[in-house]
Amino acid sequence: MDFSFTEEQELLRNSIAKFLAGNYGFETRRKIVKSDLGWQPEYWKQFAELGLLAAPLPEAHGGLGGGPVDVLIVMEEFGKKIVVEPFVPTVVIGGGFLKRASAALQQQWLPKIAGGEAIFAFAYAEPNGRYNLAELATVAKKQGPNYVLNGRKAVVLAGPWADQLIVTARTAGGPRNEKGVTVFLVDRKSKGISARDYPTVDELRASEIAFENVEVPAANVIGEPDNGLPLVEQVTDEAIAATCAEACGAMKALVDATVDYSKTRKQFGVPIGKFQVLQHRMVDMFTAYEQSVSITYMLTLKLGESDAARKKAASAAKVQIGKAGRFVGQSAVQIHGGMGMTEELSVGHYFARLSMIDAQFGNVDHHLRRYAALG
Amino acid sequence: MDLTFSPQEEAFRREVRSFIAENLPPDLKGRSRRDMTSKDDFVRWHKILAKKGWVAPAWPREYGGPGWSVTQRYIFNEECAEAETPLVLPFGIAMVGPVIYTFGNDEQKKKFLPRILSGDDWWCQGYSEPGAGSDLASLKTRAVREGGHYIVNGQKTWTTLAQYANWIFCLVRTDPDAKQQEGISFLLIDMNTPGITVKPIIVLGGVHEVNEVFFDNVKVPVENRIGEENKGWTYAKFLLVHERSGIAGVARSKKAIERLRQIGEAEKVDGTPLVDTEEFARKISEVEIELSALEFTELRTLAQESKGRMAGPESSILKIKGTEIQQRITELTLEAVGYYGFPDYHAFNDNEYPVGPDYALGQSSHYLNMRKASIYGGSNEIQRNIIAKMVLGL
Ligand SMILES: Cc1cc2nc3c(=O)[nH]c(=O)nc-3n(C[C@H](O)[C@H](O)[C@H](O)COP(=O)(O)OP(=O)(O)OC[C@H]3O[C@@H](n4cnc5c(N)ncnc54)[C@H](O)[C@@H]3O)c2cc1C
Repeated sequence: MDFSFTEEQELLRNSIAKFLAGNYGFETRRKIVKSDLGWQPEYWKQFAELGLLAAPLPEAHGGLGGGPVDVLIVMEEFGKKIVVEPFVPTVVIGGGFLKRASAALQQQWLPKIAGGEAIFAFAYAEPNGRYNLAELATVAKKQGPNYVLNGRKAVVLAGPWADQLIVTARTAGGPRNEKGVTVFLVDRKSKGISARDYPTVDELRASEIAFENVEVPAANVIGEPDNGLPLVEQVTDEAIAATCAEACGAMKALVDATVDYSKTRKQFGVPIGKFQVLQHRMVDMFTAYEQSVSITYMLTLKLGESDAARKKAASAAKVQIGKAGRFVGQSAVQIHGGMGMTEELSVGHYFARLSMIDAQFGNVDHHLRRYAALG
Repeated sequence: MDLTFSPQEEAFRREVRSFIAENLPPDLKGRSRRDMTSKDDFVRWHKILAKKGWVAPAWPREYGGPGWSVTQRYIFNEECAEAETPLVLPFGIAMVGPVIYTFGNDEQKKKFLPRILSGDDWWCQGYSEPGAGSDLASLKTRAVREGGHYIVNGQKTWTTLAQYANWIFCLVRTDPDAKQQEGISFLLIDMNTPGITVKPIIVLGGVHEVNEVFFDNVKVPVENRIGEENKGWTYAKFLLVHERSGIAGVARSKKAIERLRQIGEAEKVDGTPLVDTEEFARKISEVEIELSALEFTELRTLAQESKGRMAGPESSILKIKGTEIQQRITELTLEAVGYYGFPDYHAFNDNEYPVGPDYALGQSSHYLNMRKASIYGGSNEIQRNIIAKMVLGL
């Protein structure tokens, strides 16, 4: 058993931490999320130069041949600064699907992802589907060399920034059937796509995307037609691992900020950190964070195991993170008092992001149910 | 002990219900479900109630209250919540008003009470300071007597909706040498006096809800002091207890649970309404049961009050439980709306159709915003300290 990082992994962490320390202070971040674009493409280029985007991708296509642990490292560091740039949609999800796609698609897209030249978004959730990945009203029908897509996708994070979409659609079967799900790579500029872009409460950007008779070449199917669900589940579990790592980073930042604040804020003539009830709450925050790190490591190490083992680990992690994120976020605000409620302090922004992470890829109840069903 | 309403009380309920139905402007109905900060929305509803004589249910009749029994007040609250009227802001009606009619002189009563009732004055509460939050008695804003005036210097903060206020009631230090609680006075200050500056504080979700208020050599006539000099803490404590008992928000929480159930009917988990899934049904039931217990705790408190016994420190229970329940409902509501918690409601302007179902709109911002409830009005930690010390004798 070994929980240590390799020398390359430590280097990766240090280079990200150093870049973010110099370029992603909270005031800089504030400017980025308030800008028209809502993200900083310039930084994306620099992430590519630092090798972040290539880290988990295969060496044959411009990647560095790393794996889930590299993703964990990137996302923990991103979480500490609540970085908004679309690493999960592009590298973890886009890259995750494409490295299992046809040789032609791999060759075409993986080097672009590694080089920072393509941004992806994952269009899977639907207005009425909640968290069921197979509940798809979006349909794709084969017509000659193409599929024709019709339907609507909800809350596509990074949608406004993406030039490529990974879209799930039903090609056979009825609502919620496991069979009949197909995954497509769709150019965001395809004829028939219309989108409504908007900011989210956790300062990302998202789109509602409508597909009206959008033609997609059959060569853009990723994985097996009609049998895409296992792949969707796998990549989603990988995205869950990455998002859990982000949450760990964000919790770490909140625990540190709260402990620091409680040492300097004085009421009744003493630092509020002297009040035992707050001490215990901070201990519980710290414990929740440590437990979250542990379960995120567990998931990261189990991503390559059997489907059943991976799914169970992913759901377990998402439950722990959902609960811990809420507790740590709420406690950090509470212990900061009125200050915790302000836009000015970073605390509330971390709290917002942690609150929404619970809704992403299925909330606590969804994953408890999935976990229990796996036996 | 008896739980039934008398025929007269039932008739009163019908009267209130039809008054609201006829007088609540449709565009105001349900506004309070989201975080409401528009001045006009508050004032319009306030004036409608004022005209009817119903804006201050708890005030004695001699000062313009309707002379209702505790039960009538309870019914009135229920009907307002049921109809989702805007709230009546507490600062004038529930806070400074009772202080003025309890401790003020005749001049003050004549000058201020009618304008509080009519809604012509907008009051805000100037207690907290940057260095004096939970430890309110450590406040530093200084008032120095010069002839017929006090000269006030210092800063208040977290002042809710001060951007609309033309009056502020303040705790100020008049004797810096006395023991903390003994050197404080209670002043009413006209916000238009030279030397006052209001600066916005934006809270989570981008809402301009609170402010910093700065005082730079502000001249306040001595006749604007309530009661005796250096006795302000007594009046402030009276008010805090008043604030606490109104804070349980039972009727509004009942309505919020009803709304939550409606959302749960509309949201489907694998084809089944969310409310019918075991986990969610259990969670709604749990919060509803807590709310029932709180409702009866509040009724017991009110029953005592109606026998002339002022609510004591045990009323802190109402603040703790009331706000915990409000916050729990916002948590469950955010869970219920799923992915449509993401859109930032404040980013859509009024004439733009927002994304997602109507019921999801603004729920995430509201969830974030309601974390304030366990902080303001004396944090829930402080309320627990009060019960520990004053009730349990620890
Ligand atoms: C939205 C909002 C609106 C408000 N509106 C008004 C207003 O209109 N007028 C006004 O005067 N004030 C207002 N307040 C201020 C509010 O009353 C204060 O925020 C509150 O008293 C807490 O003070 P603080 O923010 O300085 O936190 P602090 O006092 O610094 O407290 C920080 C943390 O320490 C805890 N703590 C402090 N002392 C103890 C102790 N002895 N034991 C255990 N824990 C302790 C607190 O519970 C809290 O969790 C408002 C606040 C908010 C958030």
